[in-house]
Amino acid sequence: MKRPSAAWWFLAPAMLVLGVFFLLPVVAALALSLTDYDLYALADIRHLRFVALHNYWDLLHQPAFWSALGHTLTFVVVGVPLSIMVSLGMALLLNSPLVRCKSFFRTALFAPVVTTVVAVAVVWRYILNTKYGWLNYVLGLVGIHPVDWLGDPHWAMPSIILFAVWKNFGYNMIILLAGLQAIPADLYEAARIDGASAPQQFRHITLPMLGPTLLMVAILTVSGYFQLFAEPYVMTEGGPLQSTTSVLYLMYNEGFKWWNFGMASAVAFLLFVIMFAVTALMLRLGRRGATA
Amino acid sequence: MSPRIAKALVHGLLIGAVLVAVFPLLWMLSVSFMHPGEAGSLPPPLLPSHPTWNNYQALFVRAGVGRYLFNSLAISTAITVLSLAFNLMAGYAFAKLRFAGRERLFRGLLGMLVIPAQVAMLPLFLTLKYMGLVNSYAAVVLPAAATAFGIFLVRQYARGIPDELLEAARIDGASEWRIFGQIVLPLLKPIMVTLAIFTFLTAWNDFMWPLIALTGQEHYTLPLGLASLAREHAQDSELMMAGSVVTVIPVLALFLAMQRYYIEGLLLGSVKG
Repeated sequence: MKRPSAAWWFLAPAMLVLGVFFLLPVVAALALSLTDYDLYALADIRHLRFVALHNYWDLLHQPAFWSALGHTLTFVVVGVPLSIMVSLGMALLLNSPLVRCKSFFRTALFAPVVTTVVAVAVVWRYILNTKYGWLNYVLGLVGIHPVDWLGDPHWAMPSIILFAVWKNFGYNMIILLAGLQAIPADLYEAARIDGASAPQQFRHITLPMLGPTLLMVAILTVSGYFQLFAEPYVMTEGGPLQSTTSVLYLMYNEGFKWWNFGMASAVAFLLFVIMFAVTALMLRLGRRGATA
Repeated sequence: MSPRIAKALVHGLLIGAVLVAVFPLLWMLSVSFMHPGEAGSLPPPLLPSHPTWNNYQALFVRAGVGRYLFNSLAISTAITVLSLAFNLMAGYAFAKLRFAGRERLFRGLLGMLVIPAQVAMLPLFLTLKYMGLVNSYAAVVLPAAATAFGIFLVRQYARGIPDELLEAARIDGASEWRIFGQIVLPLLKPIMVTLAIFTFLTAWNDFMWPLIALTGQEHYTLPLGLASLAREHAQDSELMMAGSVVTVIPVLALFLAMQRYYIEGLLLGSVKG
């Protein structure tokens, strides 16, 4: 066997899978979003019509789309900083030379990350229960009246954010911890000799040195949080009053509940474009921050 | 602040955080052994008054969770085995074999990392429907049988294999497959373990695609079975907790046993580019 041909044999299975089950469908999704593919077309492909940008136009005039986008953005804008702050706080604590039994703490704090979203969402649904839940019970001890966490449109989204932060902070914590450990100790040594306080050291050494890691963590977290779906599906079914319907939830409903595949593809593509733009913006700001 | 107070403060904060992180999991375990209705009393009970296996029995006998457990195991194992084989071969080829257009192809592969998987889901469903594969194990397994991310990880790792080793084997007349099987694979063992755990956990925990691809309960995985149970039996908290335990314990146990490799993969994977 000659080498160039050998390489292709090694590549073929993976490339075939990625091509047929990922790349082609992505291209097809773009095409699909320009058609009115619905239940009729599903039954008989001859009903399919090309509608150009009509689906997109329609979506941009639909309150349902804007509210789903709003929920997703809330989830990203509130959840991501919260999640990163908790992760960074925990990483800083774990990185402290004072801590004993580091691996125990690290493992325990990481445990929620490997659990199945659906299973722990079920658990949290009971913790957030208005009448019998632990959260209201504990708040009641300090005199706060029970809150209908998942049943009140104002509280449903914050509750889901709380759950997501609990579930995911360990992931970033591990990455940030590795970043912290890579900062040379003599930098702190020098700062101490110059009389810098702990907050000053954090601001002038830790944060700048951790910059690239923080940027990467932020990008990964943002793209993860844009893909909100399982949490509202299990905890609230998108309600109450659609208050937790995310963009992907909308796509799922349009596609697999109402069988409007054309419309659903347009939703998916808009989400992709938004995610791409946000990621590009973050990279750019991050790079400018690094040179400034 | 004296060092002793600082030490107590740091540990206090960490213990508090651990309680918050682990409490829902421990409470889930505890409630799963309670009698029906017990969890719905005030104040919420921490421990079962008379522990019982009844919920687990009900789960496997009445709710058919054994079937879901089997499906989850079968699907996750199949995905792990297939994608491991495909990603290892492709990652090795990108790292060590020369062919025309290698760099361009690899850059295209990296570009795929930024496309969210959900964009492909609708046409993928239609394709599988026309192929008659909707509601089959294949519908969940095939699309996951290779990942750009896995190939990337293997490639980064395989670049460390010295070329001399491969050249020497070629001069000795070994075929490319033999070189791969007898020289390369043993060297790739660490990344194999890491990738296997990662893939298995991801496959086990996946929700959205199986929800779309599997339309009949007989093929449901545990997360799907649990979600549908949650819609039918919202009031049976004890039964639902037992279901959650069955869903979470296997992956949690795998993680605890293989922590080192999992964390390694996490760090390797996060350092993209």
